[in-house]
Amino acid sequence: MSQAQISACPACLAAPAAEDMAHGRDVQGAQITLSLPAIHCAACISGVERALMRQTGVRAARVNLTLKRAQVEADDTTSAQDLADALTAIGFEAYELDAGTIAATQTDRAGRAILTRIAVSGFAMMNVMLLSVAVWSGASDATRDMFHWISAAIAVPAIAFAAQPFFASAWTALRAKRLNMDVPISLAILLAAGMSIYETSLSGSHVYFDAALSLTFFLLSGRYLDYRTRSIARSAAEELAALEVPRATLDDGTVVAIGDLTTDHIVRVVPGARVPVDGIITEGASELDRSLLTGETLPVGATMGTLVSAGEVNLTGPLLVQVTAAGADSSLHRLADLVAMAETSRNRYTSLADRAARIYAPLVHLLALFAFTGWVVATGDVRHALNVAVAVLIITCPCALGLAVPAVTTAASGRLFRAGMLIKSATALERLAEVDTVVFDKTGTLTEGRPQPSNWDAIAPEARAIAMALAAGSAHPLSASLYDAARASGTVAANVSDVIEVPGQGIEAQWNGQRIRLGRAAWLGAGVLGQTATYLQIGDQPAVAFTFVDHLRDGAEIAVAALKAQGKDVILLSGDVPAAVADIAARVGIDAWEANCLPLGKALRVKDLSQAGRKVLMIGDGLNDTAALAAAHVSISPASALEATRVVSDIVLLGNSLAPIGDATTLAVSATRRIKENFAIAAAYNMIAIPIALAGFATPLAAALAMSTSSITVSLNALRLRGFK
Amino acid sequence: MNVLVFLIPISLLLGGIGLVAFFWSIKSRQFDDPQGDAARILTTDYDDHPRED
Repeated sequence: MSQAQISACPACLAAPAAEDMAHGRDVQGAQITLSLPAIHCAACISGVERALMRQTGVRAARVNLTLKRAQVEADDTTSAQDLADALTAIGFEAYELDAGTIAATQTDRAGRAILTRIAVSGFAMMNVMLLSVAVWSGASDATRDMFHWISAAIAVPAIAFAAQPFFASAWTALRAKRLNMDVPISLAILLAAGMSIYETSLSGSHVYFDAALSLTFFLLSGRYLDYRTRSIARSAAEELAALEVPRATLDDGTVVAIGDLTTDHIVRVVPGARVPVDGIITEGASELDRSLLTGETLPVGATMGTLVSAGEVNLTGPLLVQVTAAGADSSLHRLADLVAMAETSRNRYTSLADRAARIYAPLVHLLALFAFTGWVVATGDVRHALNVAVAVLIITCPCALGLAVPAVTTAASGRLFRAGMLIKSATALERLAEVDTVVFDKTGTLTEGRPQPSNWDAIAPEARAIAMALAAGSAHPLSASLYDAARASGTVAANVSDVIEVPGQGIEAQWNGQRIRLGRAAWLGAGVLGQTATYLQIGDQPAVAFTFVDHLRDGAEIAVAALKAQGKDVILLSGDVPAAVADIAARVGIDAWEANCLPLGKALRVKDLSQAGRKVLMIGDGLNDTAALAAAHVSISPASALEATRVVSDIVLLGNSLAPIGDATTLAVSATRRIKENFAIAAAYNMIAIPIALAGFATPLAAALAMSTSSITVSLNALRLRGFK
Repeated sequence: MNVLVFLIPISLLLGGIGLVAFFWSIKSRQFDDPQGDAARILTTDYDDHPRED
């Protein structure tokens, strides 16, 4: 904040202590950033701040509701995890954010720069407009000249400062021998200002200072809207990345960053944690959940010598893993190549605004040139011909492109953000509107990856009571869900003793003098079923199987039904076994499904569909979906997906429910329609105004009126989207 | 028409004061959390820790 010293306003320096404090705090680095995805109201703000201030070591806490974050200033001894736990305990979901990834202080500098330019151009526009009103209403001779000179004195510095973003962008485009939208904008602003100065010096009656300034003002407003939408999306995306604080625990208990790991290290992975590296198990036995990598829901046994990959979840026993590859070399990151290849095809998509700009920019220049040469040839009066050309350039102001498109996307992505969807790519909305085929992944997308007992009622009450007692002692997800089901059905746990958990196998105990065991089929010597199951053996009796089905994700049926109602084809592609896929497909109402898909198979299937002319929306969360997500026309992934997967998706579902997807496609369609309507409105305006300008009847007053009304009409039309239901 | 000699500088000065006030509000980060500020005004408890940076 050192710029504060050269501030134009003396009052800004009245609080140097505060400035110093702010500065000192940036350096100190005892800042903790927490993500608070669930806060939404005034009571939440004071609740969170009060709770944080009560924690020991917290010096200051401030909630930002727009970004849904809390900045905490604390002693070095305070851990972010403790604060997050304390908030979660009182009902505010909170997560630690990796401060390095979000760089909170840097983000809004660009936004503030645009706001400053808007303020300058707005101030200048209003003052010049007031002076122009006097001229329009009949000021003449010396008075008019004086007003024009004052206008010039205000307008020239204001334009030099405020219109810089357009000049810079136009200059880069011209140097690369391209035309973009900023070229006609810059030309119009510069020509209008230059022509007006020339006219003023000759005591002419037509000056366009007000038009040049309002052009700058309107277009800067559009630029700001655009910037805000992107920065909110970017900061939320950064937040998702920052949620995964990349750390690993070594065998001696020290915690290190994943980037510092080498192949000499041995990493400890506790039950329930995600394996942070690729490696070989050197000690311990457990089960691994590979669903994020392969889509399989059946846990896989792991003992000494088993190869593990980053991204797998350790379920039962603690493991020591010898690192073979970490960070950028791990299997998680190798997928990036595959993704980069698929991405290039999508980057070729040109947005509606770009396509319009490509036609628009040359057309405007040709029209202005035509007007100029036409008038020179017809009258030989270069000064009048230039005047007409400037009027044409101003009247054809690309406000529909520069203001209406950002206004529509801001309104639409704001609505989607409130519904829990984050648009990461600028053209995602338009691509979403074109979708006619939807491909779902199963595990983790349509389902929560959380198993539920499916044959509980068919099991003898005695076995139920024993299973409940055994399951109570284990943290394994199957046990946990078995215990929950038992409690829900009112079962009372049997009285068992000597409970031992055998890592990677199951739980063993004594009951009425008999040995009872709950665990893997192989351990009990039972026959394996073709679906997720755990087995209970009482004494020497044959084992009883508890089968599990995956819990459907919230809103899955609603989303599928809505998509089908919109006439889209819905397909389910999964890496899981056919029985499980068929079951889920039937439950959500999808007729077309394929099981046993390999990651490449999914991507190929999506490519085949695209080549057949389909616009595919891919919704998936696993690493096995990553290539398919990148190959699809547009892609959505839930926030629970791995970072690599979220990076390739255009839209991230922030909440747990899939229900917003149905609304999102409808909203995307109406947003695209609104953009096209705005182009039509602008075209209609130009159709009327351009002949008038070409004929030389356009006065500065007419130019100002035409530009303002068309800008306001398109903005209002865009805002209709906010109330869209 | 001589009144313009006063009126124009005065109007420019007033507009300029507004502009500088707006600069100050940008600089003091009053546009960082529009939703939060809109909500905060409704809380009944006194804000003991106003944002300082």
